[in-house]
Amino acid sequence: MATIAANTAVNEPGPSQDKAATVDLQAIIRETQVGEVLDQLDRELVGLVPVKRRIREIAAYLAVTRARKALNLDASPPSLHMCFTGNPGTGKTTVALRMAEILHRLGYVRKGHVVSVTRDDLVGQYIGHTAPKTKEVLKKAMGGVLFIDEAYYLYRPENERDYGQEAIEILLQVMENNRDDLVVILAGYKNRMDTFFQSNPGMSSRIAHHIDFPDYSAEELLLIARKMVEQMHYRFNAGAETAMREYIAARLTQPNFANARSIRNALDRARLRQANRLFESPYGIDMEALMSLSEPDIRASRVFTQGSGGEAETGG
Amino acid sequence: MMTNPMQRLTQGQFSFLPDLSDAEIKQQIEYGLEKGYAWSVEYTDDPHPRNTFWEMFGMPMFDLKDAAGVMMELAACRKTFPNHYIRMMAFDSTRNVESITMSFIVNRPPSEPGFGLVRQEVQGRSLRYTVQGYSSAKPEGERY
Ligand SMILES: Nc1ncnc2c1ncn2[C@@H]1O[C@H](COP(=O)(O)OP(=O)(O)O)[C@@H](O)[C@H]1O
Ligand SMILES: [Mg+2]
Repeated sequence: MATIAANTAVNEPGPSQDKAATVDLQAIIRETQVGEVLDQLDRELVGLVPVKRRIREIAAYLAVTRARKALNLDASPPSLHMCFTGNPGTGKTTVALRMAEILHRLGYVRKGHVVSVTRDDLVGQYIGHTAPKTKEVLKKAMGGVLFIDEAYYLYRPENERDYGQEAIEILLQVMENNRDDLVVILAGYKNRMDTFFQSNPGMSSRIAHHIDFPDYSAEELLLIARKMVEQMHYRFNAGAETAMREYIAARLTQPNFANARSIRNALDRARLRQANRLFESPYGIDMEALMSLSEPDIRASRVFTQGSGGEAETGG
Repeated sequence: MMTNPMQRLTQGQFSFLPDLSDAEIKQQIEYGLEKGYAWSVEYTDDPHPRNTFWEMFGMPMFDLKDAAGVMMELAACRKTFPNHYIRMMAFDSTRNVESITMSFIVNRPPSEPGFGLVRQEVQGRSLRYTVQGYSSAKPEGERY
């Protein structure tokens, strides 16, 4: 019998349980290296404080459940299906990938891959098309995480013959019967998700964890921009960062703003402009020039010229 | 002497062994997935050795990561055809291989009468031989 100290004493009376038995929670955390994933999450993602806290709580709960299972205190596996709500670009998909990693390391999914789908991947066009389509996706997701983006589109109350209902029913069945085989994460706007759950109590009752992703502040968006630039092996020149700060302030007030995704798109367009600038430059180009995003690359954006006139995400 | 003392069809892998348990089937599937094979489920009630093409139960399953998905398909096939022969097939899509690399039976009818030898007399004293399943006289779907 293992007798290593644990910081949480496991001593609830369980069925036919030796109360002196102990389990080393820290050892579980160490061996599964789940802490590494949590730290990586902290490092890589700017802000998202409440999300990170919830993920830590879930990870702790899963580690404790595993410890309880080692002592036969828990019979049935915990329900792990989740719902991530928040506006576009707030990091839901990114966090889902990390969550899969955490679940995998703690042994709650066998393979740890993520299959990301939307309504079109699950729902068919004619009678008899939906079931095989949904099942095909489910089969691919087995052993990992099924991430359903904008899940509320599965339910179309205005059309009572909509095939989405069939997909929902198959999903519910598998979510209940194959708890050991896959974890489902639903994602989408908060208010639409709430409406969806109200009309689909079966789905609502099977989701154990709800995590809400807040919008980023202008300050956080700038930090995210810096991080992205660094990851792409570029850097902001003198003046470029100030321009970026002003860009963010202007972009925030415009329609179709998509948080971190808008930042990524803006940087992609700035890179295009930089490339164009270098291409037309008569001078030799050094490493420094190849790596630098300069003020005009940012300021050429339509966000500055258009005011709050409604820049589309595809625009400059 | 009995020619079919085991009263069992012996085709594909493991067919001289006792039936694989679901856990053992799962292990074989997992092995195939690790090799990158695509599994598929096939069924028939015409197990004549020359009948190489059984019916496909759904499409071959590409891009699966875990055996649970394949087992789900097998469970569905068993539910639809509880008394048919069912076999698992692993397809290796590697260029220039592109063929079935594993195949084994995972479901059998409750009783397997086997095959009889049919002798046909031709041209005087010559004989032609063929085998015919004792169940094959009945129509499809009523054989087992
Ligand atoms: N907190 C963050 N820190 C750094 N990058 C982020 C953060 N949140 C999102 N991103 C980046 O923004 C982009 C969009 O994020 P994503 O996870 O797809 O959002 P969602 O799924 O909520 O729409 C991705 O490229 C991601 O790397
Ligand atoms: Mg997303």
